[in-house]
Formats: sequence, C-alpha cells, structure tokens
Amino acid sequence: MIRAGRLLDLAIVLFGVSIIVFAMIRLIPGDAVAIMLGANTEITPERIAELESRIGLDRPLVTQYIDWISGVVTGDLGTSLWTGRPVAAEIGANLWPTLQLTFMSVLVGAVLAVPIGCFMAEARGKTADVLVRIGAIAGLTIPSFWLGIVAIFLLSRWLPGFSSLGYVPFFEDPLENLQRMALPVIVLALPMLANLSRLVRSAMLDALGQDYIRTARSKGAGRRRIVYRHALRNALIPFITSVGVATGYLLGGAIVIEQVFAIPGLGQLVLGAISERNYPLVQATILVMTTAFVMVNFVVDILYAFIDPRITQK
Amino acid sequence: MIATLTRDKLLFFAVIFVIVQIGLAVFAPLIAGDPFAQIMASRMQGPSADNLLGTDQLGRDVFARILFGYRTSLLTSGTAVLLALLVGGSLGMLAAFYRGWFDRIVMRLMDVLFAFPIMLLAIGIIAVLGPNAFSAAIAIGIVYVPIFARLLRGPSLVICESEYVMGARAIGASDVRIVFSHLLPNLASVILVQASLLLSAAILVEASLSFLGLGAQPPIPSLGQMLAEGRNFLLLSPWPAVFSGFAILFLSFGFNLLGDALRDTLDPRLRGQEQ
Repeated sequence: MIRAGRLLDLAIVLFGVSIIVFAMIRLIPGDAVAIMLGANTEITPERIAELESRIGLDRPLVTQYIDWISGVVTGDLGTSLWTGRPVAAEIGANLWPTLQLTFMSVLVGAVLAVPIGCFMAEARGKTADVLVRIGAIAGLTIPSFWLGIVAIFLLSRWLPGFSSLGYVPFFEDPLENLQRMALPVIVLALPMLANLSRLVRSAMLDALGQDYIRTARSKGAGRRRIVYRHALRNALIPFITSVGVATGYLLGGAIVIEQVFAIPGLGQLVLGAISERNYPLVQATILVMTTAFVMVNFVVDILYAFIDPRITQK
Repeated sequence: MIATLTRDKLLFFAVIFVIVQIGLAVFAPLIAGDPFAQIMASRMQGPSADNLLGTDQLGRDVFARILFGYRTSLLTSGTAVLLALLVGGSLGMLAAFYRGWFDRIVMRLMDVLFAFPIMLLAIGIIAVLGPNAFSAAIAIGIVYVPIFARLLRGPSLVICESEYVMGARAIGASDVRIVFSHLLPNLASVILVQASLLLSAAILVEASLSFLGLGAQPPIPSLGQMLAEGRNFLLLSPWPAVFSGFAILFLSFGFNLLGDALRDTLDPRLRGQEQ
C-alpha cells in the first residue's frame, strides 16, 4: 500500500519543514544573538561571542544545518538557552497535556460528526438547509477561546465545586483528569464538529443520490442498512481526509485553549519561550508539532487508499 | 446584481451584515467616543446610556474600543488575505501557466508551507518578526499563501488548456494579455469566494494572536487583546470579555456567511460543498 513515491513526498516535505524551522533564527532582523541575550542579561561582546559559538551561529550555514539536523534525527534537540536543560526534556514534560487535548478533541469531533451529519442528512428542504448552514458557520466562527472563557465563568457561578482549570496527569487521577479536560476538549472540538458534520451531511446527500443506492433500495434493503452500509461508507472518504487536516487546526488551536484553561502543554512552552526569546526551544517545539501533523496526514493518506481502492497513487 | 441579491435572501443578509460592520469600523471616530479616554470614576460599569456596552477596567468605553478593534481586526486580516492572494494566487497561476520545473518547485514549496499547523506557523513567524499588528498580518498572509496557490492552480491549468486560450495564443496574444484578459476574469468568482472565507478565518486567527499578546500591542485597541484583559476581571465585570467575544464572532460569521452564500450564487455546481 505504501508506495515509494509517497515516502519520497514525505521525505521532501519533512526536509522542507526542517529547512524553514532551521532558518528561523537566521531570519531574525538585526543581531539575533543580541536580541536573545537582551531578554535576560546585559549585552557585552564577550557574551555575544559566547552565545554565538554555543548555538553554532559562527560556523558556515551548511555545517550548522548538518549538525542541527543530525542531532534532531538522533533525538538531540539542543539545550534550552536559559535553563541549560535538554530541549527534548522540556518538550517531553509538556507533551502529554497537548497530545491528550488534541487527541480527545479529534476523537470527540470525528465520532460525533458522523451521527450528527447523518441525522442532518435526513432533514432536507429549504428551512433545514438554511438552519444547518447557519449552525455550521456559527460553530466554525465562534472563537473557541472566548467560548472557553464564558464556560469557565458560567460554571464558576453554577457549579462552584467544578474545577475546570489546570491539568492533572491521567495516571495520577483519571477522574480528575477527565473532569478538567472536559471543557477544553468540547470547546476545541466544536469548530471541527461543525465543519465535519456539515461535510458528512453533504457527502451523505450526495451518496444517497447515487445509482448504487437505488439498486440497494430496489433489492429491498432497509433504510438503516442503506444509510449506514452503503451511503456512509462512501461518504466517509472525504471525511477521513478532513479529519487529518483538522488535526492541524486542533494542534494550533490547542495552543490558545491551553492558555485559557491553564494547561501546561506545548502551547505554554512555546509562548513562554517566545517571551524569553529562547529561540532554540521555539524552533524545536514547532519542529516536533509540525512533524507530528505531517505524520498524521501521511497515515491518513494511507488509510484513504485503503478505504477507496480506486486511489492507489496520485 | 440587485436581482440576485433580492432572490437570494441569505446572500442579501450576509452582504448587509458585513457592510454594516465595515461601516462601523470605517466611521468609528464619528459613531463612538474616544477609545483611549480613561474615566477612573466609572470603571467596569455595565451597559448604560453613556456607555452603550459598559466600561473596562480602566474606565474606557467598551463600545468605542470594539469599533476601533474592528478597524485593527479588519485592517490586519484584510492585509493578510490580500498578501496571500497576491503572492499565492500569482504563484498558483504562474505555476499552471509555465508548468515544468517552475510548477514543480513552486508546488513543492506550497506543500511544505501547508505542512505546518496554521496557528503554529503564524506564531513562529511572529517570533521572528516581533509581536505587533504588522507582523500578525504578514504571518497570517504567509500562512494562507499555499491555500490560494493550490486553489488557483487547478482551474488555471484547465483554462490554459482551453480552446479559447489556444486561440488567443494562435493570434499572437502575449503572456501578460492571456493572464489578464483570460485567466483572471475566469477565476474572479473562485477568488472572491475564497477571499471572503479566508477573511473570516483570518479574523479568528488575528483575534487568537492578539489574545496571546502576539498581535496588535496596547494601547492600540484589538478585539483579542480586549478579551484577554477582560478575562482577568471576569468576576468583577464580565461585559468587556462578553462583548468583545461577540464582536469577533459577528465579524468572522459575517464573512463566512458571505463566502458561503456567494459560492452558491456564483457557482451552483458547488452547492453544498465544503471548504
């Protein structure tokens, strides 16, 4: 199923991503090293020279890239500028909350979208069309961080005992973990849910109009069987791709939602790193999250070919 | 045009909704008071006749700040979408026009840009350029470049292959002439729909960025920043947070509805399809 061409595509994209992330520090206007230093200490020529050689900015670009990327491939993402800890360790410490938040939101969004979309496909006609449309657009354009803030506010009034802020590791206290994740997950999943259920609806309406549905009907298949066995299967094809793309939105959205719910994830890590101009940490976090997203879409591509045998290769 | 508008109620509503909001932004200085004036005696007040939407923690008029926030939001997102359209759209059209290695390189580059989660790439670009409204506009613009490039390349390929373009070439039309008098007019409706939808998305991204402190910096009023500030005083006075959130929603909703309705009107074949 995995063709060499697809692997080559993957390699090229990952290489390109690494070049862009690598170029980040080098593209900072002005003296990047002085800017980095300026966040924490007094700027002296010695300190500049010291930091420059520590990050390796004094060597030729190609050498710098090769050193950096061979470190990355072996799991060495460099050291954090101010704490001196390995960047990989800092990312590792903040990885789980973000992964859990994103994964659960994808799950909630994708799982709920199918029945909601199918349900909406049954309601046809002008009024239903308009309502579905406005609902979906509202779901898509409601600022999720605002929704989160309002939800926290309302819950603090109505359910004073409900703790919705912060993060408790799942294996420490599963119930507490799920309670605190509930609001952020719902809020983050909503735009995706709105988009996906509308997609499922239109794909279902499309599929229900096809010839093979008429055939199934004429041989006496039940309504339920037609909807779930025949139509849904075909409607799922565009759906799977959209889930992959949506993962990227959720990874990005998680950064904002983490701020709202005080979740110590990659979002907090990267924003903290930006404010203290810890560029190696910013770089590494962006690289890790983007690579994860690229891999998800790679898997989705393979799944896609699996579900739809017509597509073996582009 | 007018006939279409009255026939399609949804489009009509979307157009009015968007125009009213743009109008509020453009005429903000005439409609609202001073968004910077602090009246310490009336801090964190609810809606009243003097302050239509109440006041914030510094006693500033929330209504005025929202209208000026609309300006920041529209200006930043508008610049971003325009940048994406000019750069991405040209790249996509030229890739289709010249094909060959140029096409391959450009589209590979677009694949790479597209591989980043949108918000993350925007944050990375702002980390490089420094946090302000201009950086936010550039960042959102760059993030949307591959969307326009991919969107316009496909139809451009079809148009370049069409008989009328072949005909134009045969009678000696220049590349420039083909692009401007054959390619662009045929792509106009696709561009219009996508620009409106992307503007809606850009408004949300801009609000997120300024909520995180990576967009327009104080004292420039911006909706995301108002929400972030209002959040700190939520228990004392929820009004600034609530109203600035509604403002972001209305603005983004308006452009999304407009894009959606335009898509139906301009190209009935696409009815019901997703972004």
